[in-house]
Amino acid sequence: MNGSILEIKDLKISFGTGEKKASAVRGIDLDVMKGEIHSLVGESGSGKTVTSTCVMGLLPEPPAIIESGTIKYKDLELLSLTAEERRKTRGKEIAMVFQEPSKYLNPAMKVGEQITEMLRLHLGMNHSEALKRAIEILDLVGLGGNTRVLSSYPHELSGGMKQRVMIGIAICCNPSLLIADEPTTALDVTLQLQILKLIMKLRRKLGMGILFISHDLAVVHDISDRVSVIYAGRIVESGSRADIFESPRHPYTRLLLASIPDAAKRGRKLAAISGRVPDAEHFPPGCAFHPRCPLAEDGCSQAQPEMEKIREGHSAACFCLSKEWTE
Amino acid sequence: MKFLLFVLKRLLRLVLTVLIISTIIFFVIRVIPGDPALVIAGVDASEEEIDAVRARIGTDVPLGEQYVSWLGDIARFDFGESMISGESVNKLIYERFPLTITLAFMGIILGIVIAIPLGVLSAVKRWSFWDYFGMVFSQIGMAVPSFWLGIILLLLFAVRFPIFPLFGIGSLKHLILPAFSLGFARAAVILRLTRASMVEELSKEYVITARAKGLTETMVKYKHALRNALIPVVTITGIQFGYMLGGAIIIEQVFSLPGLGRLFLYGIYQRDFTLVQGGVIFIAVVFSLVNFLVDVLYSVINPRIRIS
Ligand SMILES: Nc1ncnc2c1ncn2[C@@H]1O[C@H](COP(=O)(O)OP(=O)(O)O)[C@@H](O)[C@H]1O
Ligand SMILES: [Mg+2]
Repeated sequence: MNGSILEIKDLKISFGTGEKKASAVRGIDLDVMKGEIHSLVGESGSGKTVTSTCVMGLLPEPPAIIESGTIKYKDLELLSLTAEERRKTRGKEIAMVFQEPSKYLNPAMKVGEQITEMLRLHLGMNHSEALKRAIEILDLVGLGGNTRVLSSYPHELSGGMKQRVMIGIAICCNPSLLIADEPTTALDVTLQLQILKLIMKLRRKLGMGILFISHDLAVVHDISDRVSVIYAGRIVESGSRADIFESPRHPYTRLLLASIPDAAKRGRKLAAISGRVPDAEHFPPGCAFHPRCPLAEDGCSQAQPEMEKIREGHSAACFCLSKEWTE
Repeated sequence: MKFLLFVLKRLLRLVLTVLIISTIIFFVIRVIPGDPALVIAGVDASEEEIDAVRARIGTDVPLGEQYVSWLGDIARFDFGESMISGESVNKLIYERFPLTITLAFMGIILGIVIAIPLGVLSAVKRWSFWDYFGMVFSQIGMAVPSFWLGIILLLLFAVRFPIFPLFGIGSLKHLILPAFSLGFARAAVILRLTRASMVEELSKEYVITARAKGLTETMVKYKHALRNALIPVVTITGIQFGYMLGGAIIIEQVFSLPGLGRLFLYGIYQRDFTLVQGGVIFIAVVFSLVNFLVDVLYSVINPRIRIS
């Protein structure tokens, strides 16, 4: 594919063996283009973090086992690199922002050092160059004019500021790919919006591709170029933002959309999806969604549906795509 | 400003502690059987002679009066004169203290030098040879009393293989075995804590961030995790140092070192009230000061605790 910076193919990851084996990721295809925001959405437990941790090369093996798949970053096949080669790409080429900034920042290290140590390591800057760059970074993430932040410890900052710092750390070496794993989930609604705006601004300014992970379709609506929906370790639908939000085809996507509280639908009943996400040790046979699916037929528990092209760029994995959908 | 308030508070606490301890020691030492006047006058002294000694050393007046006048003295940092030898207690302590504090310092430094690297290594390479070695080491360290270890070390390294002197003072060499006996048990405690603390820190989320930043494993472990792991270790080490002073007093007996321990022990044998009282208060003050310094140090290295 032209211009793609990340290309995941047929990625399968499991935990444990035998009876206890949990297939957390069961054959995922996903790609991120240069400069685009591709959102990966699914309920908690669906394999989003396992996938992104695997791309970062931070999956602990064991217990995790990468059973198959390739992860291509630009021209590099990440899974065949040595540990040291992967380390050198981390932070510099591929960076990650985590869910809870208060846990993911080092509590005993000043914010300035948490930024400059990366610049010195990856870009070989000296102390004063790194400091200068760190001030620019703070400016970029909306903490400009506040150089006191550099000499603060994380606990001295507010939740929103911490997440800005976290993002600053991630982008400071100008990575081409940013993985943001639920970066707004721990924040309240107003802060969520600010962080989303910041991420969009950074994408525009730095031109990096972003894999944006969320359990909430509503969150990704404004920022995504493309959206992939993940259920039980498999992508069930993938398409442009318009495809997913305006003409969703997979029952799971439709139900996720219907469960978004939204002003236009006020008065109508909010549809909650019945049942729970199965855990990775006990995925149902066939289409993993069939026990919760309003359209399910006998065949759905027999075989696993493959991704089917609906039109260019839009595909879904469901046996009942042609069936009438009534809300 | 905040710091000043903190110091004032701690000083007040120190004064209260000393007041309570001085009261207890004053009465306890008088309740236990034994009369310094008898010790001084000798076994064949007459009743008059004994009374004369009592008048000289001041035990003839009512207890309450003795207590108040003694409190007045210690408020002026004057522990009075030894009832037996008549020497100034301040001077006696001043002469003996350097040896004891040196011993305690060497003990804790030996403890730290052994325990922290071994604890960190155990945590980083869990279930490896070093981890098991550390576990065995700390089990033994906690089970073995330091005076016993002292005797064994003496027998081994001063008698059987005469590498170290059997007793006496004058060089660093004289202090190595006693410092090791003292430090061994402390090392066991510090090692356990270091390992536990390091294991805990290594499982925290910020370690994942450090890896995600592409830092080398050395940086992840020894810069990020270790910095956090050492915070509780400093506190425990400080507290251990306080106990070390008590331990030093016992070890001084084993190695016949003329430190504070010897001084106070003879004071107790001879019912030298003033000497024992002065000694106990002195130790209490040093102990409190050490704890105070540990608290200050803790707040310096732990950014989340600001002195308030
Ligand atoms: N270390 C692990 N050991 C065993 N199972 C795990 C481990 N990490 C994740 N899993 C399993 O993988 C599945 C996906 O987890 P995760 O990727 O964290 O979900 P998400 O991020 O989408 O909420 C879950 O069912 C979880 O139980
Ligand atoms: Mg997750």
